[in-house]
Amino acid sequence: MNWTAVASIYKFEMARFFRTLAQSFLSPVLSTSLYFVVFGAAIGSRIDHVEGVSYGAFIVPGLIMLSVITQGISNASFGIYFPKFIGTVYELLSAPVNFLEIVLGYVGAAATKALFIGVVILATAHLFVDITILHPLAMVLFLVLTCVSFSLLGFIIGIWAKNFEQLQLVPLLIITPLIFLGGSFYSISMLPPVWQTITLFNPVVYLISGFRWAFFGVSDVPVGFSLLAIALFTGLCLAVIGWIFRTGWRLRS
Amino acid sequence: MSTILSISDLRKSYAGGFEALKGVNLEIEEGEILALLGPNGAGKTTLISTICGITTATSGSVTVGGHCIETEYRAARAMIGLVPQEINLEPFETVLNTVRFSRGLFGKPKNEALIEDILKKLSLWDKRSSQIKELSGGMKRRVLIAKALSHEPRVLFLDEPTAGVDVELRKDMWEVVRELRESGVTIILTTHYIEEAEAMADRVGVIAGGEILLVEEKSDLMARMGKKELQVMLTEPISTVPAALAEHDLRLGADGQSLVYTYDVTAERTGITALLNDVAAAGLVLSDVATRQSSLEDIFVDLVSGEDA
Ligand SMILES: Nc1ncnc2c1ncn2[C@@H]1O[C@H](COP(=O)(O)OP(=O)(O)OP(=O)(O)O)[C@@H](O)[C@H]1O
Ligand SMILES: [Mg+2]
Repeated sequence: MNWTAVASIYKFEMARFFRTLAQSFLSPVLSTSLYFVVFGAAIGSRIDHVEGVSYGAFIVPGLIMLSVITQGISNASFGIYFPKFIGTVYELLSAPVNFLEIVLGYVGAAATKALFIGVVILATAHLFVDITILHPLAMVLFLVLTCVSFSLLGFIIGIWAKNFEQLQLVPLLIITPLIFLGGSFYSISMLPPVWQTITLFNPVVYLISGFRWAFFGVSDVPVGFSLLAIALFTGLCLAVIGWIFRTGWRLRS
Repeated sequence: MSTILSISDLRKSYAGGFEALKGVNLEIEEGEILALLGPNGAGKTTLISTICGITTATSGSVTVGGHCIETEYRAARAMIGLVPQEINLEPFETVLNTVRFSRGLFGKPKNEALIEDILKKLSLWDKRSSQIKELSGGMKRRVLIAKALSHEPRVLFLDEPTAGVDVELRKDMWEVVRELRESGVTIILTTHYIEEAEAMADRVGVIAGGEILLVEEKSDLMARMGKKELQVMLTEPISTVPAALAEHDLRLGADGQSLVYTYDVTAERTGITALLNDVAAAGLVLSDVATRQSSLEDIFVDLVSGEDA
């Protein structure tokens, strides 16, 4: 392993993040606060409790997931798309590095940024509601796995995208709806039975459910399923990336 | 000397089916400077990209320092530095960090003294904390060179390194290249400036239409292909070449007061004596004579236009 190369990529990518630190920090704080004002205060005052948890606290895991997933995807997809766009990818392709090292560098940095934002949101939410975390270790595990797996997905999107529109397309058309319909702001037991069944085909449901279980001990699906789902998803992304680097798809002409 | 880079029957067809390299064979000796000359679209960049791993070859093989570029890509690539033709740089990063990144990416441990030295040689040290986007085009090109040198390559590819660099700086860069050669680095450069090849190269390769037309010692090439022109200046203007001199294949000079004779320096008989005798016999009076050696540029234009025909 060329660890020096991994560290170099990671540092170079993180530098991009630090250049815009204020922005990286402010936007999640602001959007979280807005969600609390709208969902927590306006709607929450009518919903009261969901499965024994106050609505304000109930939406916290979903909010974190929402941001972490979108951030992971956008950071990683931009991170690898940008060198392709400006042409600096030539250096990666001509360097003595293998695909694993490139992925570790880029995905590692993207996941770190997503994790940072997840933590900022948790801290911001703490200002609005009391949150107790029943299973802190499981919480961290779910959070980290989600950051990593969706950064992997973002990396694939970044390599696939031929222009900025395509870069936005997948998150906009597929991921955002899946997250919103994945129980970020409600328990699926609140849905009519037909929709409950349909929802089970949404992979994000398993993530949010597992993550919420780590907080409150309540979940829509058994927590084992959640772990299995995220493990499968990570494995799938890794397999696709492995194939991309073997074939040079969209990277080498 | 030993061979450091060996290319055999290298072919490259792009996705559209266009064959940009049609079986290139080339051996490069350790420590030499090879200049690759060729018109736009000749395949120079394609050749370099294939060796460096940016594009994949359709067939053929390449070894660098004995390492196959596919099966032993780590060892092969670790030896190579590449200065691409296009200016591709991260616009928001500083010069220093960009160069540090390159060194790390190639797996080399931190060496700030070396990076300082490189940046100073390329007159970039004062700009080390500037963002790339604040630099001029010529400075950016030098950053590309600094990046390539940062990981101490044994073989350096320079794809038109002096395009867009002013004369002063171009001379500085030649100096840097010569120093590198002194330290044993093998250099392959492509250029459109023939004077550059003439000034720097040990050997010159000419490529056109995806094929290497010739690779030769620069001095041999110039001696072999070199033609000389003899200009015979006259005291009186003339309107046509006199019929008495027809067998000499002369041209009338642009000023209308001279005759131009082209001959091959390596030929056994240059025909100068006979010509001068006949000029006198034709009743023309000489005021002066001058000779001019054809440059690499003329040779190159000859070769490439011959290829088109
Ligand atoms: N990615 C690509 N896809 C298809 N054709 C390509 C691609 N890159 C280059 N070519 C074609 O391959 C040929 C060789 O191009 P190349 O860039 O190697 O030329 P070059 O000798 O470097 O020219 P120049 O002096 O203009 O830099 C050209 O005809 C070009 O159009
Ligand atoms: Mg070129």
